[in-house]
Amino acid sequence: MILLEIIGLPLLGALALLLPAARGLTDQTIRWCGVALSGVVLAMVAALAGAFDYGRSQRMQFQLNWRWAPSIGLRFHLGVDGVSLPLVALTALLTFLCFVYSLRHLPTPAPDVRLWTGLLLVLEVGLLGTFVALDLILFFVFFEIVLIPMYLVIALWGGTARRAAAFKFILYTLLGSGLLLVGLLLIGMNAGTLDMVQLAARHGSGLSHGIQVAAFVLVGLGLAVKAPMWPLHTWLPDAHTEAPTVGSVLLAGVLLKMGTYGFVRIALPMAPSGAKVWAPYLGFLAVIGIIYGALACLAQRDLKRMIAYSSIGHMGFVLLGIATLTPVGVNAALFGNIAHGLITGLLFFLVGGVKERYGTLDLDELGGGMLARAPRLASFLTFASIASLGLPGLAGFWGEMLALLGAYKPGGGLPRETFVTFMVFGGLGAVLTAAYFLRMLSKITHGRATASAPVAGLTAYEYAAWVPLIALTLVVGLWPKTLLDLTTAPVHLLLGGGS
Amino acid sequence: MIQGIDYVAVAPVLIVALAALAVLLADLFDVPRSVLGWVNLAGLGVALGWVAVLGAGSRRATFCLPSSLRGQGPPSCSYVADSFTLLFQGLVLAAALIVVLLSLGEITRSSLPAGEYHFLLLSAIVGALTLVAARDLITLVVALETLSLPVFALVALRRYDGVATEAAVKLFLVSVISAAVMLFGISLVYGATGAMHLDRIALSLDHLPSRLGPVAAAGTILVIGGFAFKVAAVPFHFWAPDVYQGAPLPIAVFLSVVSKAAGFAGLAITLSLGFPSYGHVWGPAIAVLAALTMTLGNLVALWQRHSVRLLAWSSVAQSGYMLAPLAVGSHKLPGAVAATVSYVALYAVMNLGAFAVVAAVARSRGPLLDDFQGLARRDPLLATALAFFLICLAGLPPGIMGLFAKIVVVQATVAGGVTWLAVVMAVNTVIGLYYYLSWAARLFRPTTSDVPVRTGNATGLAIAAAAAGAVVLSVAPQIVLDAVSAAT
Repeated sequence: MILLEIIGLPLLGALALLLPAARGLTDQTIRWCGVALSGVVLAMVAALAGAFDYGRSQRMQFQLNWRWAPSIGLRFHLGVDGVSLPLVALTALLTFLCFVYSLRHLPTPAPDVRLWTGLLLVLEVGLLGTFVALDLILFFVFFEIVLIPMYLVIALWGGTARRAAAFKFILYTLLGSGLLLVGLLLIGMNAGTLDMVQLAARHGSGLSHGIQVAAFVLVGLGLAVKAPMWPLHTWLPDAHTEAPTVGSVLLAGVLLKMGTYGFVRIALPMAPSGAKVWAPYLGFLAVIGIIYGALACLAQRDLKRMIAYSSIGHMGFVLLGIATLTPVGVNAALFGNIAHGLITGLLFFLVGGVKERYGTLDLDELGGGMLARAPRLASFLTFASIASLGLPGLAGFWGEMLALLGAYKPGGGLPRETFVTFMVFGGLGAVLTAAYFLRMLSKITHGRATASAPVAGLTAYEYAAWVPLIALTLVVGLWPKTLLDLTTAPVHLLLGGGS
Repeated sequence: MIQGIDYVAVAPVLIVALAALAVLLADLFDVPRSVLGWVNLAGLGVALGWVAVLGAGSRRATFCLPSSLRGQGPPSCSYVADSFTLLFQGLVLAAALIVVLLSLGEITRSSLPAGEYHFLLLSAIVGALTLVAARDLITLVVALETLSLPVFALVALRRYDGVATEAAVKLFLVSVISAAVMLFGISLVYGATGAMHLDRIALSLDHLPSRLGPVAAAGTILVIGGFAFKVAAVPFHFWAPDVYQGAPLPIAVFLSVVSKAAGFAGLAITLSLGFPSYGHVWGPAIAVLAALTMTLGNLVALWQRHSVRLLAWSSVAQSGYMLAPLAVGSHKLPGAVAATVSYVALYAVMNLGAFAVVAAVARSRGPLLDDFQGLARRDPLLATALAFFLICLAGLPPGIMGLFAKIVVVQATVAGGVTWLAVVMAVNTVIGLYYYLSWAARLFRPTTSDVPVRTGNATGLAIAAAAAGAVVLSVAPQIVLDAVSAAT
């Protein structure tokens, strides 16, 4: 039941705020409503994490299984295991931090706070729901819920080219989810159930090889648009760049993870023989994404666009981990998901801070010397960049290192030479990643300041939103085992006993 | 030989027919327009109530073959009031009520002859009600023509308007051609099977001598062609945009919801009761038809600047989605019919709503999409309602009902093994989203126009009813899905 409350609370809150009766509330009250609601959700998720049985993280816990529409076999089935718990926590945390940040820092021109808060809450419902849904159609419904709110966040409060970016975002992702639906139903109809736990336990038995191959490519394409995988990524740079700060944080921090989570939860366990066929291609495109993302970053003149492209590279590592079809690789992918959510979320927050203070994100116009003009902001930016380039000891390192390790010894039946080649190129991509982040840092944080006027210091709200992310990046980086232990058992189960 | 007639079963049809006659007579005695409107509404209301009562009872059938003529064969009734029929009769009557509500203002404004208008509308509804209950090919054709003939006149009722006349002529010509095609198909089927009752045709097709196979196959395809006109499927679609635009708007609504629903009911009845064993023939044909219909409808809708034409092309595209499940042929046909019916029912609600808002806006501000710009500033509720209907039609949350409509259709198509068609559909929803969403976004843009929309009581009621229905079904879409799967 606690899962229902976690999803239901933001939904009810959003509905209440969007009702005309809420028109009388002052903006300040509504902002605090957002903080309170998402705070309660975060507290409930914390309680959930506290009550979670870590000894059996492979078991679905806190399950809820109600009939919904028996005529199409749809059940309202929710649950969490070790794979979904970290993502649920990440979603609740980032949403809460976004609301805290929004108390003071709203996009300009100032939005209608009621609509703003309502949309972010609906977004949270969709994100949380996707990670806890255990019925294929229910998963799809939650998957779709995020589209309109995110479209509106970008289209209403984004940058100058927001309208085109928002359209590109929603059309691309809808194309993906259309194919995803066909793939999901192809699995569901041929297996005779929509229950994701049962389907995962069957490991594709009862589905012919042809069906599995078709289902994996359909589901995979749908999820790959979201993740995003090269060459389906082109919506991402525009959407991330044009979205307001909070929108980018949630897009990069959580929305992309819906894609990779879907791979681990649905595509790999339910169509394993399809996965074997497609894994080399997936790995190939993932590696192209890594290299492409890094090279594109080197060419960027806009800080926010650079961070956006860096996401393509990082998600490339996640996809490479998945493509190895080994527990090590998939674990790495899930770890990379969380690490990327924390670090890139932080980076987009910081970019928002830079934009507020400097009025531009053009690397040349920003000039150098940020460490002198805005020391705190520059230090945070340095920390986040170094974490993102994968310095050992910080969260970004483990996911990518383990993904490469997984590629060194790919799952049974996969061509080893191919994957070792992927590993080499992935490693090259990691070096390039370091190059562009260091180039960016040397360009704007170091050097001589072109203007000497001091820049406004950090506000309490910024500290409140950023420090938790920094702390978690450190914790996850220093004690990676806590997170890896959580996902190891369920990953073994999903991959069929570690074979 | 004298045959007993089950008047209880046919009462909904009779009530509406009597209301039609009453309106016609009353008009001769110069009864005021408003009274005619009330008679029309009352007739439909009573019929709807009757359908609800019948729904509580068990299946009824009448006009059956007497046992002396039946031989060893099935009962072969021409008129059956089972739960499928009643579901559609309820849908037709409820949608017709909304159409009448929209008509009340339109009659005054366009100075249409009220008596004729109500009479013709009720006659067409009689056709629709009979069509969904018909179980033999002759009754089907007669009902189909009863549904079509009054509509020609209704479209042309704005006599001073050249566009309306042109539209009526187009509609008439396409209709006549498709009727001829269908009658030819029926004659082939009759020639091959020697039967007119669907249950007998089905039995006969099962054991057809192989030399008659091609004849029967051609017959089934031609019969489908006749229905393709009713539901505005490619290649019988091109009347739709001109007619929707030229006709009085409530008649466009009637065509896109009531007439289309009846057409799909007829198609589903014919295919599932009459031709199930020829699924391998008509299944692929319908698949191609569906793919072409949805793709063409969506692509052309992209270029529209006129709200009614856009809805017309989008309703062509939606017909494609509704046809898609039937492409499964005889494999898992009951599930496919249920999916089509669910889609038709859900589509009726959202399309009625969108048309009702368009009717209100078009007469105050104008019918072009540009006239909708910034609607939210003066009329936020109306704009929100239209945006919601459009998002429902696009099939995205918060329009959960539209999302579920898409899901059931894809589900049935995939279950029947026609995965490629489901992929075509997935791509099409993206095209559809583009024009629905740009229209919805337009409502909330800044504008210089400041013309308020005068909704009027009847139209307001129609919008409110559709909006209430859409919200309820978005919260609990299973109401329709479960009811349909129980009925089919």
